[in-house]
Amino acid sequence: MQSIISVANLSKTYASGFQALKRIDLEIRRGEIFALLGPNGAGKTTLIGIICGIVTPSEGRVLVDGHDIVTDYRAARSMIGLVPQELTTDAFETVWATVTFSRGLFGKPADPTHITKILKELSLWDKKDSKIMTLSGGMKRRVLIAKALSHQPQILFLDEPTAGVDVELRKDMWQVVRSLRDSGVTIILTTHYIAEAEDMADRIGVINNGDIILVEDKVELMRKLGTKQLTIELQKQLDAVPDALAAHRLTLSADGGNLVYTYDTQSERTGITALLAELNHAGIRFRDLHTTQSSLEDIFVDLVRQDR
Amino acid sequence: MTLNLRAIRAIYLFEMARTWRTPLQSILSPVISTSLYFVVFGSAIGSRITEIDGVSYGAFIVPGLIMLLLLTQSVSNASFGIYFPKFLGTIYELLSAPISFIEIVLGYVGAAATKSIILGLLILATAWLFVPLRIEHPVWMLAFLVLTAVTFSLFGFIIGIWADGIEKLQTVPLLIITPLTFLGGTFYSIGVLPPIWQTLTLFNPVVYLVSGFRWSFYGIADVDVGISLAVTLLFLALCLVAVWWIFKTGYRLKN
Repeated sequence: MQSIISVANLSKTYASGFQALKRIDLEIRRGEIFALLGPNGAGKTTLIGIICGIVTPSEGRVLVDGHDIVTDYRAARSMIGLVPQELTTDAFETVWATVTFSRGLFGKPADPTHITKILKELSLWDKKDSKIMTLSGGMKRRVLIAKALSHQPQILFLDEPTAGVDVELRKDMWQVVRSLRDSGVTIILTTHYIAEAEDMADRIGVINNGDIILVEDKVELMRKLGTKQLTIELQKQLDAVPDALAAHRLTLSADGGNLVYTYDTQSERTGITALLAELNHAGIRFRDLHTTQSSLEDIFVDLVRQDR
Repeated sequence: MTLNLRAIRAIYLFEMARTWRTPLQSILSPVISTSLYFVVFGSAIGSRITEIDGVSYGAFIVPGLIMLLLLTQSVSNASFGIYFPKFLGTIYELLSAPISFIEIVLGYVGAAATKSIILGLLILATAWLFVPLRIEHPVWMLAFLVLTAVTFSLFGFIIGIWADGIEKLQTVPLLIITPLTFLGGTFYSIGVLPPIWQTLTLFNPVVYLVSGFRWSFYGIADVDVGISLAVTLLFLALCLVAVWWIFKTGYRLKN
């Protein structure tokens, strides 16, 4: 599939000498939801800033649907809508005026029907004549999204869209994001709520210290890096893992009441049947069994820790 | 290259809306404060001051006062216009939009200049009520009005980008523009100064603006009108180069 955004060898060193991005390569596929994860200061916002024209790259090249972001910036930028991380809004303008302004800025003819539709979808319709400064933080966030969508972008960047946002808005927002994706819009989001990435994204990229350390299909990633654990609740507490079971990768919980077996979902044989047979043979009786799978959060924390 | 006309229009209308939202502060207060000069110097004290080159004192100071207003209003309007998005952070939208610096400048400077021109014409109309005016070269009068408004709006735009705090933003109009205008022959003909001051005054660019503008009213000038025009155009060119450089390098706009 042809990439809609193609980042090659991209570096950014700030005037202070801080190197925010180190020769990054990244391909974003047309129509996907791509989640970019990384700790604070990893380079997420710098990367988005460069692609959108807010930060000047030190080195490297970015193509947006084949248009170079420097030499052909008009074509590149007119495809992109950006929802910035900070709540940067006008103060005295009305919601309607600021959203209409954004559409004009991107060179699109006025289209009140489209603006009306966006405001309704984002539950902003009854606030359309309110001054922005009178709105709550969550409402301002909606205004920023409405501004980004005002010019019908093909690519939408959401930089930490759910930071400090209540549950209801988050639901609304993901509803909008899903319907945008269904209409063919490519979405790149950064988030701190890894559960959201797990829920929403088609592919995941992890950035740390200015390096992209991983880009993977979400399902594949969960499968590859996800381990599963089988927890066996014992009827009687044990002091130690019995010698007869030493061949298995077993750990005993601190209170001695649970045996935990870690296994790889990928392998041909998980070893569960054998383990259970040997437990039976050793006369260890158990009350219950349950399995857990590592979440994206665990995977992410592991990756970033390894990278340090 | 085709200009993004809709973007220019959007910025222009947005900036003009800012003016109409605060009519008292934007329109009425500069008009009233300038009119006070006509009342005091034109009617009250002016009658005791002798005519200058055959023009009554009240009428003599009108072109200079309009210039004073044009300069301060153009600079403060245009500087606030671009400083605010920087201050609020909404500049991200301008930087990420498919527009070049030409559209940004046309939108912001166009709106600031429009507002100054409207104010200048309002002052002119008000002056008519208090002092006897005549305009010998109306076309040149308008030309100087527009040229000055545009040039100093551009200058204000540069100040707005340069300023990294409200203080700097207000320093330039108050500490530079106003003194230069008062010392630039607004209230007197530079011919009345001692010779050494006459020479020093020629380094004040406002002298040329006031002189040229006054010439379009009464046909009298401290310096040749051609030189006035040339100096104004030179200043305009310098501002254009500065703006071009700012956007080329991303100075105070981009990291």
